[in-house]
Order: sequence, then structure tokens, then C-alpha cells
Amino acid sequence: MSGIIGKKVGMTSIFDAEGKNIPCTVIEAGPCVVTQLRTSEIDGYTAIQLAFDDKKEKNTSGPLKGHFEKAKTTPKRKLVEFKTFVDVKSLGDTVTVEIFAEGDFVDVVGTSKGKGFQGVVKRHGFAGVGGQTHGQHNRLRAPGSLGASSWPSKVFKGIRMAGRMGGDRVKVQNLQVMKVYAEQNLLVVSGSIPGAKGSYVIVDK
Amino acid sequence: MDLVKFVEDQAVEKKPASAFKAGDTISVHYKIREGAKERIQIYQGVVIQRNGVGTTETFTVRKMSNGIGVERIFPFNSPNIEKVEINSFGKVRRAKLFYLRELTGKASRIKTKRI
Repeated sequence: MSGIIGKKVGMTSIFDAEGKNIPCTVIEAGPCVVTQLRTSEIDGYTAIQLAFDDKKEKNTSGPLKGHFEKAKTTPKRKLVEFKTFVDVKSLGDTVTVEIFAEGDFVDVVGTSKGKGFQGVVKRHGFAGVGGQTHGQHNRLRAPGSLGASSWPSKVFKGIRMAGRMGGDRVKVQNLQVMKVYAEQNLLVVSGSIPGAKGSYVIVDK
Repeated sequence: MDLVKFVEDQAVEKKPASAFKAGDTISVHYKIREGAKERIQIYQGVVIQRNGVGTTETFTVRKMSNGIGVERIFPFNSPNIEKVEINSFGKVRRAKLFYLRELTGKASRIKTKRI
């Protein structure tokens, strides 16, 4: 397994070999720099830390500046650790979009768009109250009973209720890589991925 | 959005611009694959809208099939479209002819432009 950090660019649709119109997402992925190697002797586990997206030196804290200097690279915005990597890299190496090929299946991790405070129908897929007759009014999207009276006479922990929705880490599995443009660092995957345009995503192979 | 446009330009083969508009009657020659065999199906009807721009443009063709209205949306740049034949140019005052959905028979005729 190996992966890369990217940025969601937007969606479009392209035609596959059969002429089917496939909805696709364009991801600007890499180039990422290896900024740290976690080893079992020092850290107790093995992993590779990748960095992506340049930022200004004046916006970087001193400790981070030193961290990037060790890998002989410019300061970056996003740092992510990958537990397993197919070909083990060394400090300062770059990982580009070329690790993917057309036809590969990838998983994409991102942060979903925030939806604010939402009711149970949108947040948990409750059905709401069916009809408008049988004496019911003003509770079309209500959650219904939270628990019975004499037993358990309490509300169990974890009962699904209204609340903040979105802004969660979401993983979408098995998206097919449709195109790879190494020169522009672009990756085109079929289907949609979580998050807004410009948000960071992790693409795992 | 520049990068999205780059992908569209690279990945989609654009067809030459076609002059048909809403109101025109066209025949779409559509390739249909059945296993290894390929045949061409002709779908004839009135264009009721052209939607979108660039590589993702689509057009909607409406026809009456045994008294039932049928609408089909084609991607303009679809490689499965062999060709689009324009049968007649319609004279309409709108770009989207959704009012045709409520009309049948004589009322749903469209005046043709003489060229």
C-alpha cells in the first residue's frame, strides 16, 4: 500500500472506452516530500511522513522550520503519516502522482462539508412521520420516542438525535483511477469524494 | 477551474459545433453495442433544449412513441453518437421548449423555417 496527499480541484465527466459518460473528480495530488521516517526503535512503529503544499517561511514556526530543514525542503502546509509504503523511501525523496496507473482502484479520505445543526431525517436517515392524517400535525420530521416509560425509564446512551452534521473524516473506497497527468500532478478518479473544492484529501492505493 | 478545463480538453474529444437549436427536428444516429456486435439506432424527435457548455454539454430530444412522450438526453460529445442529422429547422421563440410536454397532437406542432 502507498498513498499521496492531494487537493480536491472539482468535478467533471469524461467518456470511458465504451462511450459511457462517467462522473469524475479531479485531484491535484503531490508532489509530496518525505519529511520523516518513523522507526520501531525510536517511535515504536514504522511509518513514512509526507508533506504537501508549499507555504511561506514567515508563516512557519521555528520548530517546524527545523523539521523541514532536516529533509532539505521548503515549509509545507499538510503533513500526513502513511503506515505502509510499498517501496521504502528515504528522507527528502519526492512522491509523485506516478505511483498510480490508469485502472487502479484507490481509497480517498477527506473531511466532509459541514452541514450545521441537522434533524434526524437528514442526519440519520429517519423516515419522519408518514402521513398527514390520523390526528397528526406539526411533527412531520420528528424523531419519535427516545425510550419507554416504566422500563427502561431512561434514555439509552448513543440514541440517534439531531445535532451537528458533517465536517467528519470520511473515506470513500474503491474509486477507479480514470486518468493520470504526471506533468500537471493531476489525478482523475471516478465518482465523488468528500469535502469542498480546495480541501485536502489523502489518496490511498 | 483551470485544471478541470485542462482535464476536459485532454480527456474528451470535442465534436465540431453543430448548428441545431431548440425547436429543430433531428435524427440522432446512436451506436448500440450488443456483445461484440454493433448496430446503429436512429432516434428522431424535436430538440427541446441544449444544456451546458464545453465538453459536458447535453441536448434533450423529445418524441411521441405510440402516444407516449419520450425524452432522451444525449451528451453532445458522446463517442456513441455516429452523427446528427437535421431534418427541419423549427421557428420558436424560446431556448427551452418545456411547454411541449403539456401539448399533444396538432397543438404540439412547430412551425418550420424556410431556408
